[in-house]
Amino acid sequence: MNHLSLIIKREYLAKVKNKSFILMTFLSPLIIVGLFLFVAYLTNVNNEKIRDIVVLDQSDLFKETLVSTQQTKYQLVETMDLKSAKSLANETKAYGLLFIPNRTLDSISNYIQFFSEDSPSLSFITGLESKLENRIKELKLRQAGVDLDKIEAAKTYINLNQESFEGVKTSKAGSAMKLMFGGAAGYLLFMFIIVYGNMIMRSVIEEKTSRIIEVIISSVKPIQLMLGKIFGTSLAGITQFAIWILLGFVMLLVVTFVFGVDLTPVQTPQQELMNNAMTQSASNAEIQTIINEFYTLPIGNLIIAFVLFFIGGYLLYSSLYAAIGAAVDNETDTQQFMFPILMPLILAIYVGVFTVIEDPHGTISTVFSYIPFTSPVVMLMRIPFGVPLWEQALSLLILGMTFVLVVWFAAKIYRVGILMYGKKPTYKELLKWLKY
Amino acid sequence: MNHLLEANRISKQFGNFQALSDVSIQVPKHSIFGLLGPNGAGKTTLIRIINQITMPDKGEVVLDGEPLKPHHVQHIGYLPEERGLYKSMKVGEQALYLAQLKGLSYSEAKKRLNYWFEKLEIGHWWNKKIEELSKGMAQKIQFVVTVLHQPKLLIFDEPFSGFDPINANLIKDEILKLRDEGATVIFSTHRMESVEELCDHIALIHQSKKILDGKLIDIKKAHKTNTFEVGLSIENKSELKQLISERYHVSTADFKSLEDDLKLNIKLEPEHNSQQLLAFLSSKAHVNHYKELIPNANDIFIQTIKNNGL
Repeated sequence: MNHLSLIIKREYLAKVKNKSFILMTFLSPLIIVGLFLFVAYLTNVNNEKIRDIVVLDQSDLFKETLVSTQQTKYQLVETMDLKSAKSLANETKAYGLLFIPNRTLDSISNYIQFFSEDSPSLSFITGLESKLENRIKELKLRQAGVDLDKIEAAKTYINLNQESFEGVKTSKAGSAMKLMFGGAAGYLLFMFIIVYGNMIMRSVIEEKTSRIIEVIISSVKPIQLMLGKIFGTSLAGITQFAIWILLGFVMLLVVTFVFGVDLTPVQTPQQELMNNAMTQSASNAEIQTIINEFYTLPIGNLIIAFVLFFIGGYLLYSSLYAAIGAAVDNETDTQQFMFPILMPLILAIYVGVFTVIEDPHGTISTVFSYIPFTSPVVMLMRIPFGVPLWEQALSLLILGMTFVLVVWFAAKIYRVGILMYGKKPTYKELLKWLKY
Repeated sequence: MNHLLEANRISKQFGNFQALSDVSIQVPKHSIFGLLGPNGAGKTTLIRIINQITMPDKGEVVLDGEPLKPHHVQHIGYLPEERGLYKSMKVGEQALYLAQLKGLSYSEAKKRLNYWFEKLEIGHWWNKKIEELSKGMAQKIQFVVTVLHQPKLLIFDEPFSGFDPINANLIKDEILKLRDEGATVIFSTHRMESVEELCDHIALIHQSKKILDGKLIDIKKAHKTNTFEVGLSIENKSELKQLISERYHVSTADFKSLEDDLKLNIKLEPEHNSQQLLAFLSSKAHVNHYKELIPNANDIFIQTIKNNGL
């Protein structure tokens, strides 16, 4: 068996057999599903709570507006002063008291008050406010002699029918879906680099602190050891990911079927609003467009590009992590070198999230999808919006060439660094090592 | 071909630091070659060059008649000064892994490991992790791994550090045995007692230069000063000392003895010989102690380095 495969095998087994790795692999999905269930449960509990609101409406203008719903019960009280209304609300343990004094329509908005024992929930207050606002507006319009039906009839919603020059229908919702696709791919890469890059770095440091490194590199070339480490650790990472996906899937199935927990929580007021908005904008035809768009997504391109950019980006960063591991003696010394690595990654995510959404083919998005340290993330986010193949190929080529350069550079630092003990190197020294 | 390894005019520079300048050594076959020098002299750099861990700037290394190539690593066994093993890996797996990296097949490695583990009576360690073993135990494993692939050339950098005297002896005996079985050993140290006991040849490196090399016996002969240490039993010590110093160059000696003797170091000039001296002394007093002072490696080491200006 040749050296590289021996090293890969050892690194892989060392990771996979590690107790904390096994624990993490099997515990994380449990924790995530557990958290998910917990949140779902909390949401249910929260929504089952009924809010009793005592309303003292001296103006007598809002009766029609304040209609009780499942979660909010309005209890209208009349002929009572504010003081006794307060004590009533307090005695009946109501959620709060809404006090509307008898004022002119012009000034009433300044005098409406809400009393409660604890500070009320923001979404509730906002909802209540908009109810009152709408009612006052309506009354004012009516006072001015405006025909409300005409206003209602004049209301127009526009949802542009988008279509590309090739005749493919697109939509806003479709764009959101594409963004989700690209975002998920980019974010996955980001997480993968950070988690497994760190793992590689730790494993290099471990070899230094256990002083085995010199024994090993008297048998194999440092670059073989470095690449073996990167590949072995990556395989372990892929194994972990595969197990997570499988476990997550199985557990969701088990949870939904065996426990029969309804994972779609009862609709909250916000969701109601959103659903209304959705039904207004997303007609059946539109849903059809979204589905069509899903099918016209460059799935093949996306998968191939994902694999290539993922591998390229991951290898690029992991060789840097390996070099850092070689340069230092212990994990605390890695901080000064971590920042320059994380910078471009975080930048890539920012560019991806803020710029690609705005304009997937704008200058900034395009430039960052060529710069090798940000291109994997940014390009993966752009591809669902359709990037010409030659652009992808060019970006990949730049990435590949940078990878070769960085591996050469990392291997140099690695080769010298693994035999250096005792002092924390500076950037200047690292540059000097390149010449050894 | 009498030399298993020749390093010819090796130079190596790290930045502005000259680690080796123009160093040549010849290691005869089946010998134990001591590579000596103070800390930071360049010993480890030379050893790393022989192991192809570091490349020399100038010069070449020849192993068994061939210029050093990557495949030669399987003929070299190296025990570095900075040594260790994977702490959380099992002893057996680890030894197998390292042996396979040196080019042994799995089955061959397993067979030889069984032999060594039985020989050193450490078979029950096979499934233990290194972190469960003591430092000395781990060192034994390390030694086994170094010699397992039966290399022609063995390189030990400070091999006895970390061993208790009993285990150090055990390892020393194994090194001698390996030499007798045909291996050639390069042995780097600054502990001179072990040089005295083990080495046939030595080279002394100081501040990146080789300042002395050759057979240990020859070097000792070259460094001896024809001085004899004597212990004489006599009543009137100062009178005798006066008498002797008229003929020879005399200084006071210090060694342990049972009697209250006159203890002297007597240096012979080329025209003298030791028999005359002994006859002269026995005619004057009772000679309790008579010994030629042969310089030990430690003296030679210190003296040579002093002479080379430090």
